[in-house]
Order: sequence, then C-alpha cells, then structure tokens
Amino acid sequence: MANRIPRVPVREQDPQVRAHNFEEVCYGYNAEEAALEASRCLHCKNPRCVTACPVSVNIPEFIAQIVAGDLKGAAAVIAKDSSLPAVCGRVCPQETQCEGSCILGVKGEPVAIGKLERFVADNAPKAETPASPAPGAKKVAVIGSGPAGLACASDLAKKGYDVTIFEALHKAGGVLEYGIPEFRLPKEAVLKREVDSVKALGVKIETDVIVGRTVTIDQLMDEEGFEAVFVGTGAGLPRFMGIPGENLNGVFSANEFLTRNNLMKAFRKDYLTPIHAGKKCCVVGGGNVAMDAARTALRLGADTTIVYRRTEVELPARKEEVHHAKQEGIDFQMLTNPVEILGDEKGWVRAIKCIRMELGEPDASGRRSPVPVEGSEFEIPTETVIMALGTSPNPLIVNTTDGLVATRRGCIEADGDGVTTRPGIFAGGDAVTGAATVILAMGAGRKAAASIDEYLQNK
Amino acid sequence: MFKILKREMLTPNICKMVVEAPRIAKAAKPGQFLIVRPNEKGERIPLTISDYDVENGTVTIVTQLIGASSAAIIATQEGEFFNDVVGPLGNPSAFVGKTADELKDARYIFIAGGVGTAPVYPQAKWLHDRGIAVDVIIGAKTKDLLIYTEELASACDNLYLCTDDGSEGFKGLVTALLEKLVNEDGMKYTQAVAIGPMIMMKFCTLTCKKLGIPEDVSLNMLMVDGTGMCGACRVTVAGKTKFACVDGPEFNGFDVDFDEAMRRLGQYKAEEMAAKEELDK
Repeated sequence: MANRIPRVPVREQDPQVRAHNFEEVCYGYNAEEAALEASRCLHCKNPRCVTACPVSVNIPEFIAQIVAGDLKGAAAVIAKDSSLPAVCGRVCPQETQCEGSCILGVKGEPVAIGKLERFVADNAPKAETPASPAPGAKKVAVIGSGPAGLACASDLAKKGYDVTIFEALHKAGGVLEYGIPEFRLPKEAVLKREVDSVKALGVKIETDVIVGRTVTIDQLMDEEGFEAVFVGTGAGLPRFMGIPGENLNGVFSANEFLTRNNLMKAFRKDYLTPIHAGKKCCVVGGGNVAMDAARTALRLGADTTIVYRRTEVELPARKEEVHHAKQEGIDFQMLTNPVEILGDEKGWVRAIKCIRMELGEPDASGRRSPVPVEGSEFEIPTETVIMALGTSPNPLIVNTTDGLVATRRGCIEADGDGVTTRPGIFAGGDAVTGAATVILAMGAGRKAAASIDEYLQNK
Repeated sequence: MFKILKREMLTPNICKMVVEAPRIAKAAKPGQFLIVRPNEKGERIPLTISDYDVENGTVTIVTQLIGASSAAIIATQEGEFFNDVVGPLGNPSAFVGKTADELKDARYIFIAGGVGTAPVYPQAKWLHDRGIAVDVIIGAKTKDLLIYTEELASACDNLYLCTDDGSEGFKGLVTALLEKLVNEDGMKYTQAVAIGPMIMMKFCTLTCKKLGIPEDVSLNMLMVDGTGMCGACRVTVAGKTKFACVDGPEFNGFDVDFDEAMRRLGQYKAEEMAAKEELDK
C-alpha cells in the first residue's frame, strides 16, 4: 500500500547555520524524493485537497504526472489554475488548505503537496513562448505588481491584450518583493523568474509610478488609452497599537523593517540601506509577518522574542514558519500583550512593558478572546520593538478615483469577480479583502482578468 | 532611468539638478516631494521638489551633502541617470487648495534656511504669479552659503537676506529678522511658511506663535517608500501620530512635536556614520 511510505522529509539548512544567513531555509525535493512522495497520493475519487485549495488546483492529476515522470505535464496541470506555483508552493498555508484535508492526514502525515508543487515549478522546463500584443490590441492597466496584479496581467496578455503594470516601488513583485524575506522566497532564483515569465508574455512593467499621485486612473483611461483598469494594490499600510512610547527611536513597523531588508537589501554590506535590529529585539504579533520580522532580526544578530496575546494554538502564522523560528532559537512569549514601550533618557527603547493574558469566553468569531490578568505587568528589556499587527489597504486610489467606493474597513468594494462600483475598473486581492494570502490574491487577479475580458468583448 | 539634464554646485556642499521626469513634472504641485534612488545600491532619499517644468518634462531637486546616500546623488553627473525618481508625493501646500477670494487679502512670509531654501521657490512663485503678496527671508551661516537668491528675488515682493556673521544682509538669525520686520517695520503677515533645518523650524514656530502669525512647516523625515507603507516618518502632530509622507509633508507648526521629530531624524545616525566612514576610506 502506497500510504505505508512515511512522508518524505524535506532537506533544510541546519538551523544553527541558517540563523546567520539569508539563504533559503528549505532545499526542496530532488527528483527521487519527489517521485517517492508523489507515490503516496491515493488519488481519491473525491479529492478533498482540491476542494480545500482556494483556486482548486487539480492536485491528484499533477501528482500523477510527477509519478509518470512528466514534469512538463505536471506544470501544465497546475498552470490551468495557478500562475505562481513556485511562490505558492513555498508560502501557502498548506496545513489549513490542501494538506489539511488530505485523507492520509487522518491517521498519519498528509502528502507534501506544497513541496511537490514547488518541485514541479522549480524543475519543469519553462514553456516560454515570448509574445507581444498584436497591433491595435486593447490596452489594460494593472495597478500593482504583487500576486494579484501579476496573475491578472498574465491572463490578459495570454488573451491578447496590451497590458501595462504600474508599480509604485522600484521593483516589481509587491509584497513578494518587499515583504517576504529571501530565506523563504529567494528573489533572484524564484521571484524574478516569475516576473520575467510575465514580461515574456508581452506585459510591460512601469516601475516608479504611484497611481493616484504620479497619474490618476482617469488620466490613464482618458489620456493614455487604457480601456480597463485592474486595481491590485494590496494592503500595505501598517498598524500600530496606540500605546505610549510607540514613537520612541527603535520602534519600527514590520513593513519598514522588512522593506529595508528585502527590497532595499540592508543585509548586504554592499548596499547603503541602514537597518537597526539591536542586540535584543521584540516582535509584537503572531502572523507570518511577525515570524518573518523576528527571523530577519535574528539573522541580523539580535536575540529575538515574539510577543503574542493569545496562545500558540491561535498563532495565525504557517506552522512551518513557527517551527522554523523555534528551531532557530526565537523565544516565544505567548499570552503576553504590550501595554507601554519604555525609553531611556535619549528617547531610545530600553524595554517593553507587557501584561500577561488568559483566554476568556469565545467571542463572535468563535475564538476565545484574550483578557488581561490584573497586576501581571512585567518588563522585557529590549533595544528594538517591531510591530507586526497586520496591515490595511492604502486609501490613495479610492480617494483619487470618482465612483470607487471604500468599505468600512478601507477596502475597495468589489464582487467575487472583481467588478467594482465603476464600469471599466476592476479590483482584487488584499485591496478588496484586506490582508490575506498570496493564493487568494492570485485567484482574485485571475477572476478579474476573466471579467475584464468579458467587459472588453462586450464593449 | 531618469536623466540628469543639468547639474550645478550652488555651494561646495549643495547641488542643484534638473532631472528628466515627465510624469512627475506634469503632476507636481508646490509643497510636494519626490524620492530619488540614485543607483541600485543606494537608498531611497526623499527630496522636496524645487521646481517643475511641464513643457520640458523636468523636475529640479537640490541636495545637500550629508552622508553616503546624498553623496551618491551628488556624484551623478550631467548626462548620467538616476535609477529611480518617484513622485510627486505628499499633499500640496495648503494655499494650492484655496480660492482666489480666500487668498486675495493674504500676505505670506516664507522663512527659508539652508537647503530648505530651494523648495520655497515653487511655493513663492505660485503665489506671486497669482498676484498674492509674498515676502521671503533666506538665512544662512555666511554669504557664500545663501542659495536661490536670484530665483526667489523674481518670485516675491520683498526678499530679505540674513547671515549669522553679517557678511550679507541682516546680521543674525531668521527669527530675529522676522521679529524686526513685524515689530519695527510694521509688516503684517497673514501666514508664515518655514522650510529649513528642523531646529530652525522649531524656533520659527516659537517666534510665529509670539507674533501671532499662523505658520506651516515642511517636515523632511526619514522615509522608505513615501506612500504610507513603512511608517518611518511618524511624527506627533496635535498629540496624534501622523505619517509625514501621506498626511504631510506640511503641517501647522504650532502642532508639531519638534523635539520628537529631531530625535527620530537621528534614528540611523550610527549606521549612516559607519557608511560614510566606509565611503571616505
């Protein structure tokens, strides 16, 4: 029986070594390991993994192609539903999606679907057929080059549209570039390849354009001839706690800290970007961004603690990231909430004052909400504090575009097909849902591309 | 890539550059800033826009040599390129949103110091072109460090110069000159705008408060993206945390916590000094 084979472990960099470098943690499967792991799939008649995948990748089918040794075929199966497999294989929360539903997981370990997806994406020969839009093709503007924008642009280019992506930063990739660190998602080997393959389809990418400031959507449509616009601007604004001491020197948003290190390459000696992790760093939050910030601070030489107000069970981060963070020596202080940041006489952080929490009654979301334990305040000495409390969408586009409507949470109002309140303008990803996952954003970009195609065909 | 069309050293440490950036030139308004990343390994440096020319598609920036990153900007020669220039960022000056009627009885006094003199120019020009009364004070340590005197002379009604050593114009600080203009010369200003070093803006604010003149200041804080993403430019205004990049860069000076702003500007000083030493080797 195939399922008697235990899950094939994936080779990783030694935790002691990787705690001091920014190389990728996970090496991924080689062909032999992938074939063996693929052989564990039971090819269920009603595959629950497919239902649990936000974009319904035909998982048993691509795994069958790995078994058959046809990587090109496997890649083609995935490509029907996902345009960023090398990324999703690395950053999807598989344990709550495909792998969480795998039948093998009931009594043992689920098939390593994420690692197999990554294997296919990294190793399949690229079926690149360079293309450029036909003369007279209709022009579509895509705002933002993150997962939603890249997916939308590539689908539209494949349908023959003349697509230009406008990116506010100096490099394409959005959160994949500025947010997710090198040790989880290598920029040159993985991200650049994804971006290049979108460009190879004939998509133009114009960096350094902040739509809403440099040019407005109306100008793009009225003066530059774009007939439809997709807004995939993500959720990039950091949140702070609003506690005393947050503006002391040494308190950073995770966005600032990660952007300096990822986009601006502060970890490299040959780049001028300054970054300050200190000898002791506290990261507040429990999501993937908190794990990324903590593991970055650790690699920059800081003794790092993660402070989270609920328990480990509720940590929203991927299980693998929590596991890796612990292996690397990050201290986890659960049921702990900051109440004040304390400074020295020069205005630099010296400690973070926290209060212990306990889980109370379940709230409206069904999660047990943390309540402070009276009189349990204590101080954690630290030189830096990084706030990783989630992000919200930038209001710039809504504020500068008539006819677009913001929801109560500052998101752009759009339906499941990316249709907004204004004809010709579509939106998807975190800009619509608030901060979520790469795969949902990618899926939203693709749905919007289909809606744009339909809109332009009927126009 | 963004081409440098003109480069001129205004003082041994201050460099003026005219850069080809048609999209920014078309969208720019007085008071806004842009971000330059001179080369692949450089930082993203926020600079207030010192002029813009829609017809020629250019913007003008004026940079002072401070550390390794400003050195990289200044080292870029005429005919060469910056990797990135992005903008315009931030909100235009408050007067840009006012009606002619609201401005007709106004008299503006701009107080400019050091490299902050250059971004006063598009503001004074905007008002002067519309027939609104504008006076300008430029202050510097000594005569040779005064910049933009000719440009500003053509963009205001009265230009006052002052130097710490008295080598040109009034001898003393810009605040003393402002007090003299109001208290001794009987000038009546409805609005002041101070742009310069943080310490100068702090003392201008104290003087304007004393003289009862409403005052705006332009805060050039540390930034990474300039679009509200990083929060490095946090500043306390009227007791609330604001982002200088998207809520500013201009704020009512009376509301700004200057001491905090000055402290936050020094946040990466140790790292910058190290980089500068590396560069000087």
